Amino acid sequence: MKKKTILVVDDDLDLLEQLTTILENAGYQVVSADSHAAAEEAILKTKADLAILDLMMEEKDSGFILSYQIKKLYPDTPVIMLTAVTGATGVSFATQLPEAQSWTKVDKILDKPVRPEQLKAEVRRMLQEEPENGSSHS
Amino acid sequence: METLNILIVDDEYGMRRGAERALRDVTLSLPDVNGDVRFEIRTAATGKELEEMLESGHTDILLLDHKLPDMTGLDILDSLGKRSLDLLTIMITAYASLDTAVTATRRGAYDFLAKPFTPEELRGAVRKAARHLILQRQARRLADEKRQVRFQFTSVLAHEMKAPIAAIEGYLQMIRERSAGENLENYDRMLDRCLIRIEGMRKLISDLLDLTAIESGQRQRNIVSVNVAEAARQSVENMKAEAERRGIRIDLRVPADLVLEGDRTEIEMIFNNLVSNAVKYNRDNGKVTVTADVSGDDVRIQVDDTGIGMTQEECQRLFNDFTRIRNEKTRHILGSGLGLSTLKKLVTLYRGSISVESQPDAGSTFTVTLHDCLNTSPGKREV
Repeated sequence: MKKKTILVVDDDLDLLEQLTTILENAGYQVVSADSHAAAEEAILKTKADLAILDLMMEEKDSGFILSYQIKKLYPDTPVIMLTAVTGATGVSFATQLPEAQSWTKVDKILDKPVRPEQLKAEVRRMLQEEPENGSSHS
Repeated sequence: METLNILIVDDEYGMRRGAERALRDVTLSLPDVNGDVRFEIRTAATGKELEEMLESGHTDILLLDHKLPDMTGLDILDSLGKRSLDLLTIMITAYASLDTAVTATRRGAYDFLAKPFTPEELRGAVRKAARHLILQRQARRLADEKRQVRFQFTSVLAHEMKAPIAAIEGYLQMIRERSAGENLENYDRMLDRCLIRIEGMRKLISDLLDLTAIESGQRQRNIVSVNVAEAARQSVENMKAEAERRGIRIDLRVPADLVLEGDRTEIEMIFNNLVSNAVKYNRDNGKVTVTADVSGDDVRIQVDDTGIGMTQEECQRLFNDFTRIRNEKTRHILGSGLGLSTLKKLVTLYRGSISVESQPDAGSTFTVTLHDCLNTSPGKREV
């Protein structure tokens, strides 16, 4: 079966490398971009099955802008947003509310750092795949 | 122009009319609080009317007669004191009774005015109250803004601290899960990256401590004669290893006898900041030139590099807290984003200034001018 493609965008090179490794190890094809600008190019070139975006890059809301662009081109592509901006840092995005989701156009928000197992589980859920039958997780 | 609402409370019709006439259509200029002020005037004849007026609209200054038919001015002061209203009261006493005035002031009146008074005296008292009120509000606004800035600073700081922790945590998890196989050497890069991120965090913390120490004025300054060439040489020495590794040449052009009156640590911090930036943001095999000389009453320090440079717009943002110019060229350079904020605050201690000129891909020139730091015998100009 053809590998599914995931677009991963983060301007922190370490996190980008980690996400890429985790997803590749889990059997996905990863297209990575390390900036808002690089991500815009990648979006035009590749129709990914899923996009994972960091929220704050060159712009404070880079993730939302990119998500909007992805949804416009490929309405079926689910988007996961990663953010370190949460209650602890005083800025919050109440995206669980339906009206907020309608403009932010993001399917799932995950707080950084994301545990590898949690990430893989979310990815499978978004891609509507069967849960992994490993013994280490349920 | 600011408009303040005045409420005049007196049971004598003539008094109310007179006071209103003295203040209506008057513009008082308050140069020291930056502006002119005019007044909207309402009047009340009894304590009961006063209560209704306070309910129905905002009052900034209350002109309050001591004797009202239904209650005394002092009773009203007591009741005002219980509510936290943002207004000042000027008590009007029927005769120059010092006792009443003192009691009124004790119970929260800002000022008092003895009957009979001239329109000029009334305006004088109102001017004083208006000035006080405006200053008080400006101070409150400033304090609010300060809290807001503090909050933003802390938010960004938290974000900057969390990023390296997340990166290190991620690598540690990958190492624990043996995500790169059983060969230990596969993990060297991850460990190296962890160490680099820890170094970045340590730098952020030490820069943060430097910045807050200078900002709070807690640091004990020790003003002595500082040899500028020595301070510059020390900074160059600190950056020597990295400069050599990347083939960057550092030229020092500081007269050996240039001495300024300052705090040695501060002067070294200024040079360290400038020189380390000039090296970090340089290209390999580039050049850094450190110049210092006396220009009039000032000491001028200039550091040129042949580095990546900045656009006009980037230069303008540069001196804000946590501003790091993020682009393809800077992403591999470690920086806390606090160095230049610190430099700017240091320079203000010498009533000095800092400026930058830059050309993308050609280099930047940072110029620091320190004022008030030369003794009677100025150092020689460079020849």
